[in-house]
Amino acid sequence: MTTRWTRKDLLGLRELSADEINFVLETADAFKQVGTREIKKVPALRGKTLVNFFVEPSTRTRTSFELAAFRLSADVINISATTSSLTKGETLKDTARNLEALHTDILVLRHSSAGAPQFLANRVRASVINAGDGAHEHPTQALLDLYTIRERRGKIAGLHVAIIGDVLFSRVARSNIFGLLKLGARVTLVGPSTLVPREFEKLGVEVSHKIEDVLPKADVVNLLRIQHERQRREYFPGLGEYIRLFGLTKERAKLLKPDCVIMHPGPINRGVEIDSDVADGLQSVILDQVTNGLAVRMAVLYLCGGIAT
Amino acid sequence: MRALIIRGGRVIDPANKRDEVGDLYIADGKIAEKSAIRNQKSEIEEIDARNLIVAPGLIDVHVHLREPGFSHKETIESGARAAAAGGFTTVVCMPNTSPTADNPSTIAWIKDRAAAAACVNVLPTGAISKNLAGEELAPIGSLAQAGVVAVTDDGQCVQNHEVMRRAVEYARMVGVPVLDHCQDYNLVGNGVVHEGYWSTLLGLPGWPAMGEEAMVMRNILLAELCDHHIHCQHVTTAGSVRLIREARARGVKISGEVCPHHIALTDEAIQNFDTNYKMNPPLRSPTDVDALLEGIADGTLSVLCSDHAPHADFEKEVEFDAAPFGIIGLETELGLFLDLLVHKHRKIDIARLIAMYTIEPAQLLRVDAGTLSVGARADVTLIDPELEWTVRVDQFQSASRNSPFDGWKIKGRAVRTIVGGETVWKL
Repeated sequence: MTTRWTRKDLLGLRELSADEINFVLETADAFKQVGTREIKKVPALRGKTLVNFFVEPSTRTRTSFELAAFRLSADVINISATTSSLTKGETLKDTARNLEALHTDILVLRHSSAGAPQFLANRVRASVINAGDGAHEHPTQALLDLYTIRERRGKIAGLHVAIIGDVLFSRVARSNIFGLLKLGARVTLVGPSTLVPREFEKLGVEVSHKIEDVLPKADVVNLLRIQHERQRREYFPGLGEYIRLFGLTKERAKLLKPDCVIMHPGPINRGVEIDSDVADGLQSVILDQVTNGLAVRMAVLYLCGGIAT
Repeated sequence: MRALIIRGGRVIDPANKRDEVGDLYIADGKIAEKSAIRNQKSEIEEIDARNLIVAPGLIDVHVHLREPGFSHKETIESGARAAAAGGFTTVVCMPNTSPTADNPSTIAWIKDRAAAAACVNVLPTGAISKNLAGEELAPIGSLAQAGVVAVTDDGQCVQNHEVMRRAVEYARMVGVPVLDHCQDYNLVGNGVVHEGYWSTLLGLPGWPAMGEEAMVMRNILLAELCDHHIHCQHVTTAGSVRLIREARARGVKISGEVCPHHIALTDEAIQNFDTNYKMNPPLRSPTDVDALLEGIADGTLSVLCSDHAPHADFEKEVEFDAAPFGIIGLETELGLFLDLLVHKHRKIDIARLIAMYTIEPAQLLRVDAGTLSVGARADVTLIDPELEWTVRVDQFQSASRNSPFDGWKIKGRAVRTIVGGETVWKL
């Protein structure tokens, strides 16, 4: 494999070319195999220091990055909003510069503000990996989604992918849209008009407010978590109505093509965006996504960490 | 007695419909007749103004000088120096200071400070509501007696229409205009950028055009109801321009102002999350920019200003959501407007541009400024409309550096600023 990666940082999929995305996925193939070995560790990042800097709470993404770093033999420390000096009034910039003064090589940042990873990447020498910024991008989640689709369906170009749910506030949706379109998929966004405004059509996707129209045509459905805990009341009347109009119920799941793949970035709300039986059914690849996330994050850390030196 | 002769410039004085190459005479700090100078025995200074425009001292009706309370961003002294360097002889400062300028003693403090430290005229505004909270009226009568030229809750917007109605009625009684930062909080929510393509793409909370237009409409209705002037600050949307145009055609006492960044830039500029492009109201779409240009061309929007909003670098250099709104503008606005309105888009001629910076704001605020009439205070700005220069924020007089225009090449700028007959700044 020739070197086709020149980026210190991974900030989003919008800035990547199709070639770069495919290169990450190919690199992840090699790392996925590592996870099946007796000794699940390679020395690729030995001697490097990775900081998991999670200003916004996360369990699964942080754990996935942590494990990925361990398997690459990096030294890892975790910092959360409550344990950082941000609570003492230190700015994000100063916190990052302090981490850099400790010779941090890779900074994995989760932040509630869109653009925070780019802000840091412009100001530190370390690699900055975006682990989710506001409603902007969550590139490693989209890469693992692409990886999982490719693994199940053998390709991405030409597939029809439905992204269903709270698209407006979803960084997962945006990164998926950018990645899927670059790799030649057709994308339809589904959800209430308040959470899936028509403005999204300008990004090159279709928008539908009727889930029954879309399910029979989809090769992949990617369900987004309905974040009712932080949803403002005016966006939709309530969970009951959401389920009635947009939930992937057992009944609606019968509309899906037999080979349609069901995805969810987690954590799932059983009985809200997806029925429990459907989440555990044969078409569901929700746990494959988690496994693949590890391989994809190893690939990203390996590629960016290699550039930083 | 001291005298000054500004020779050979193109004297543009829209208040007196004068536009001719000629000389301007100043004696004892006032505009004078030629005969008054001839009789002088004492020193006479002469300024060669050939190829320059000799204009009444420019007025900026919308600046934040940050004192009292935020002198790490700007002081009345540094803000006044920035004004002078931009060609302004009079600035109107907003009341969102600490303490809020919602009481006569804070106004007195600002006026004292300006008298002691400012090299240009500083005209304070007072708050509409106590603490800019939009709930109880500030003592508008006492503020007027203390010398405010207008009332405004700038930075905030009175949401309760009943409170705003009574404020406008009260302001009419005491004879001060009302300036309003038009923003409906419910519609705007936590928006930080224009709601549109770029907010959708970047996942940043959107600030919809209607959030401004709803309050522009409210103000038009209140101006009619109360028969008093309401001036809409920093108008940014096509809908606002249309509403104001229609209302003015009906004779409603409504007006609007424009800031240079809202025509120089669009919301596309936010894509790198640089907080020097974060302002309130936000940068809008190309359609809105076109509508603003048309509104300037047909007179719907009658006043130009900067919304000069200094912030320290450590305040601006943070996450986009967390950064304060606003940019500085005193030292770039004249150049940007000359470059864009007169040279590039050819929407207005230079005489109209000067009117929008002089007689228009002077009439709006009912202040004695913005003319070269004999006997007027000798506030004069000399402008080289063809001078090409490059913006360098590190050379600014302002105490802050938060400008998105660093490095811009601009055609046209002030080269000398004269206040009361004294040169306070010279290129």
